[in-house]
Amino acid sequence: MSANAVPQAAAPLEPPVPTKKPVKTTGLHIGEAAPGCAKVDPILVVDNVRRTFGGLTAVDVAHVEVPRGAITALIGPNGAGKTTLFNLLTGFDKPDGGKWTFDGRSLAGVPAYKVARMGQIRTFQLTKALGLLTVMDNMLLGAKGQTGENMFRALMPFLWRNQEEENRAKALDLLTRFKLDTKKNDYAASLSGGQRKLLEMARALMSDPTLVMLDEPMAGVNPALTQSLLDHILNLKSQGMTVLFVEHDMHMVRHIADWVIVMAEGKVVAEGDPHEVMQNPAVIDAYLGQHHDEDIGVDPDAETEHVSAIKELLDDER
Amino acid sequence: MDWGAIFSNAAVELISPTTAAYALAALGLAVHFGYTGLLNFGQAGFMALGAYGYAISILTFGFPVWGAFLVGVGASVIFALILGIPTLRLRADYLAIVTIAAAEIVRLLFTTNTYASVTGSANGLSGYKNEFAALNPLADGTYGFGPFTNNAYDTWLRIVAWSIVILAALLVWQIMRSPWGRVIKGIREDEDAVRALGKNVYAYKMQSLIFGGVLGTIAGMIFALPRAVVPSNYQTTLTFFIYAILLLGGAATVLGPIIGSMIFWVLLSFFSGFVARAVEAGWLPFMTSIQGGQLRFILVGVAIMLIVIFRPQGIFGNKKELAFVR
Ligand SMILES: Nc1ncnc2c1ncn2[C@@H]1O[C@H](COP(=O)(O)OP(=O)(O)OP(=O)(O)O)[C@@H](O)[C@H]1O
Ligand SMILES: [Mg+2]
Repeated sequence: MSANAVPQAAAPLEPPVPTKKPVKTTGLHIGEAAPGCAKVDPILVVDNVRRTFGGLTAVDVAHVEVPRGAITALIGPNGAGKTTLFNLLTGFDKPDGGKWTFDGRSLAGVPAYKVARMGQIRTFQLTKALGLLTVMDNMLLGAKGQTGENMFRALMPFLWRNQEEENRAKALDLLTRFKLDTKKNDYAASLSGGQRKLLEMARALMSDPTLVMLDEPMAGVNPALTQSLLDHILNLKSQGMTVLFVEHDMHMVRHIADWVIVMAEGKVVAEGDPHEVMQNPAVIDAYLGQHHDEDIGVDPDAETEHVSAIKELLDDER
Repeated sequence: MDWGAIFSNAAVELISPTTAAYALAALGLAVHFGYTGLLNFGQAGFMALGAYGYAISILTFGFPVWGAFLVGVGASVIFALILGIPTLRLRADYLAIVTIAAAEIVRLLFTTNTYASVTGSANGLSGYKNEFAALNPLADGTYGFGPFTNNAYDTWLRIVAWSIVILAALLVWQIMRSPWGRVIKGIREDEDAVRALGKNVYAYKMQSLIFGGVLGTIAGMIFALPRAVVPSNYQTTLTFFIYAILLLGGAATVLGPIIGSMIFWVLLSFFSGFVARAVEAGWLPFMTSIQGGQLRFILVGVAIMLIVIFRPQGIFGNKKELAFVR
């Protein structure tokens, strides 16, 4: 396993920390914090979801529950199956088998657009900004239940003008919060990579989702913006939304997540409170590979690197 | 050399019904390709359905003009559904392959002898103009000025053709600046992103395919009115000429297809007049007049290439967009 499979070490400066101390939600689970443990109030329940690509089993999740009203981090090394699981849960990919429910409703076989309409909105790891639409149009596209999106009503602007103005005001408000308001009339293609991540997240929020699934929302966002992004994510929680996000930067996971689910080789290998889960030998195994002991001596430099990265994680308990 | 005649013949094309028909068909392709990103290579098939739907309804079934019009439109809606249902869920290139093949199937069905009593086979159909002419409110006589002087029927046809083009252009313009148009343009950029925002991408692509196809069908009817309906007019080259017009004018624009069609036909007529007379005058001793007839397409091709090289976004396209072409 290569070095980049290890969670990123601290930034050379200081780890980005939310401006205010996050309020952690506790008491989410029932019984012991083990893989697949029951939650007090789960919003998403996954059962036996499997996806194979040829001989490779990308996802094989026996049971997992995502707690409502909390921020859950989904972590795991590269290729663990996090994005594939996202795709399956949001209808962008079809599993070989299994079922899952969102808010008590079964989602197996439900097409992606219906999943989104139910209030389970996702973003993509490889950002999908709509390049030749303006930033504002990108945002407006996110709004739900638009009268003017019907082909025939589209021809009668008086039917949707007011709604459009309301959506525009809401979009502008979100853009201001994400510091993109000055770009509202630019093509999304002219945004930087980090700005596109922000736009995609802001766009997802236009529909007032109940569950927001973010695939590596901070990747490529500069530390100053990461802070405000973390604040945004915490805000989502205080507004009553549930957040499930994939992230490699353990500092962020530690600071904002209420619950952590660890995946490796398609399976959920550990679950728990962000501080405790890092101590779990299964997690260390997942990141270093099952046989890391045997590797010592083969490439001592790489091994030291791994160990120091993990140490750093464990020491970050200040 | 009679430059006056060459220029005046070229000017005639500016508002000819054929130019209007190509403009409307290109507008349909703008909806498909320019706005939605659908690769429809079967616009000639939609046009053929319009022309034959109209002609057969009148000749075989004795329908009134509006009835024949609705038959043509209905046929193209069904055609769009047949094309779209299996392919619009798949990657974009599948639609391209299916449309190009389906348009050829349509043309060959109209060509085959089996249905000759209805379709006229390779000779096609004629004699369906009286019903349209009967609606003409203009008194007999000539109308217009200079190269644009026409008799009552031709004037009536031009008025109807260009009114339809203007109406369709306003329709496309209005719908593309509505939330519906925003979804459509979003699909062109990245359909998964649009899907993730809760839009039924499949339904939108189908609506777009039908909308642009119906425009192509009405274009086919306008195309048929000044001439006979002959199957060989609806070959794949027709689709490619319409694509050339679209790219010339600007793919995601409303005025582009219209002005593009005017430029295309004026240039074609100009070069054809010029080459024919140049051959006559012995300026091109190595060429027969038949070869000269082909040369005009080469010259139009070169002219379009020059425009596209020096103005790649098309005449009305937005230069800014090109900075981001993937
Ligand atoms: N479309 C596909 N075809 C074949 N294999 C795939 C496909 N998508 C994913 N995989 C494989 O499935 C496994 C899981 O991939 P996935 O993208 O879910 O990982 P991930 O956990 O999101 O990793 P990362 O942290 O690098 O984003 C990988 O081994 C990958 O090669
Ligand atoms: Mg991933």
